[in-house]
Amino acid sequence: MNDAHTPPPALGMRLAAMGLDAVTLLVLPAALLIVALFVYPFLYGLWLSFHPKDGSTFGNYVKFFSDPFLYGTIGKTLWLALPVTVLNLLLAIPIAFRVRRMRNQRILTTILVLPITLGTVLVAEGMLNYFGPQGWFNRAVMTLGLSSTPLKLVHNYTGVFISLVITGFPFTFLLVLSYLTGIDPVLEQAAATLGAKTAARFRHILLPLLVPGLGVTFCLGFVQAFSVFPSAVLLGAPAGPTRVISIAAYEAAFEHYDYSLASAIAMVMALVLLVIVVAALSVRNLFYRGPASGGKG
Amino acid sequence: MQTSRPLTERAWVTLVWVVTGFFIVNLFAMIGTVVTSSFATRWLGTWLPAGWTGKWYLSAWDEFQLDDLLIVTFEVVFAVVALSALLGIPAAYALARREFPGKQIVMLLFLLPLLVPPVTYGIPLATVLYKSGLGGTMAGVIAANLVPAVPFVILVMIPFIEQIDPKIEQAARVFGASTFRLFIHVLLPLLLPGALAALLLVLVRTIAMFELTFLTAGPGSQTLVVALYYAVFAAGVRAVQSIDAMAVVYMLTTLIWLIVALRFVNPTQMVTRAKQQQT
Repeated sequence: MNDAHTPPPALGMRLAAMGLDAVTLLVLPAALLIVALFVYPFLYGLWLSFHPKDGSTFGNYVKFFSDPFLYGTIGKTLWLALPVTVLNLLLAIPIAFRVRRMRNQRILTTILVLPITLGTVLVAEGMLNYFGPQGWFNRAVMTLGLSSTPLKLVHNYTGVFISLVITGFPFTFLLVLSYLTGIDPVLEQAAATLGAKTAARFRHILLPLLVPGLGVTFCLGFVQAFSVFPSAVLLGAPAGPTRVISIAAYEAAFEHYDYSLASAIAMVMALVLLVIVVAALSVRNLFYRGPASGGKG
Repeated sequence: MQTSRPLTERAWVTLVWVVTGFFIVNLFAMIGTVVTSSFATRWLGTWLPAGWTGKWYLSAWDEFQLDDLLIVTFEVVFAVVALSALLGIPAAYALARREFPGKQIVMLLFLLPLLVPPVTYGIPLATVLYKSGLGGTMAGVIAANLVPAVPFVILVMIPFIEQIDPKIEQAARVFGASTFRLFIHVLLPLLLPGALAALLLVLVRTIAMFELTFLTAGPGSQTLVVALYYAVFAAGVRAVQSIDAMAVVYMLTTLIWLIVALRFVNPTQMVTRAKQQQT
């Protein structure tokens, strides 16, 4: 009614000014898919976990935390996942520092991408042969006189540990390498010009710049190791020391058909992951954060 | 570089290479064991088998119905690749070109399925799929595999699209190209290299995706890697060589695609998502 004002622009134009136009809508199908197949199942699982068979609200969680066969899986999984992740990281850092200067990086990175691509199931089958009592590894150990009896390397904690190193180390290494190559070499050269030795350059220049990347690498490596499933069954002792939390969740869902308890275990698993990841990232925040490139040329 | 290095540094370098060498030798020996065993007549308590034969491949082919398994595997994998391209690339384009309210939340939505391990969300997802009747079917397996595949395509494609100059699209518009012609003649050729890399990575990852397929597959919708798991799990029922022959078939199907993929992508891209090619 008020002619003095210019009429408000059409809805479409106002939305476009906010960045919502036809192009933005292209994001919708993918977003809906993830909501339907990831967010909804997760929320449904959370809801289901509070509706156990016995009708109480916290029945599943009470059951989980009172049965050592169930709550013990958290400790067993952490006891596998944390040492493996730290070991992989400790191995990956020095090797990545060496490889960074190599010209034929691609050959090495290609070899290391093999176990990741082949996957845990194939690694498990290979390890059963190779690390078994009659396998080449034990033959070599005995021929070299390092041990008189075959080492017991499969169907126990060691077997799962080795398999997590075989698939986890290349993953960690490639991630560290990609973070390391993202650091501008100019910074290191500047330190070298000013007379810093290798150790000092590592300690004062590269390591602080690498710490944020290492934090992320630790989290991703840990998440993978914590969710270990096929190798814990095939290479471990799934009823004993390598009864990891994903085995407990799988058994509840597909052997006892108690989806409610299985969902509760999956939620506990997600919570433990969240706690560790948040802890790792807050440690990371204590260190330097900022650009890893040089200033003006 | 320096002309003479101190002894400690040389010892350190040697140690690094010895550890790397040890890892690689064992890796190859482990793969070699599987291949050797699959061609062995009888292999007990010796370095090498008593004799060589190819018969295990024939028996594995029959026992595990490998032709059916391979068909199912490729149907699942190609459906996942096609659907994740169809959903992921447009979404990546929108996220790369537009700033809109709630963009952070949308990005988080696509990041989470890559951070949360498949076993954790696979169990609630399998529950939902079984309740809706999709559990155990091919559609269910494809749907489950899309959860990590679509975000992966999006996160690989975003930096790739960002580096394409928007002025090119504007120029095409100025010269009167319709959206369709803009897409076919301008965007598609520019996006092709990045899309190819992203989709090949999805392909390799889906062939090897064990957990999600394992949790959602029924008897008729098993892929090769799940069947391999069951074979190893029930070891003792069948000859080791037969399982190993199947493992070699699985290895070959994965490796062929890996070699194709490596022509287009850097191995570090197999684990990291967004690494711009060259700037």
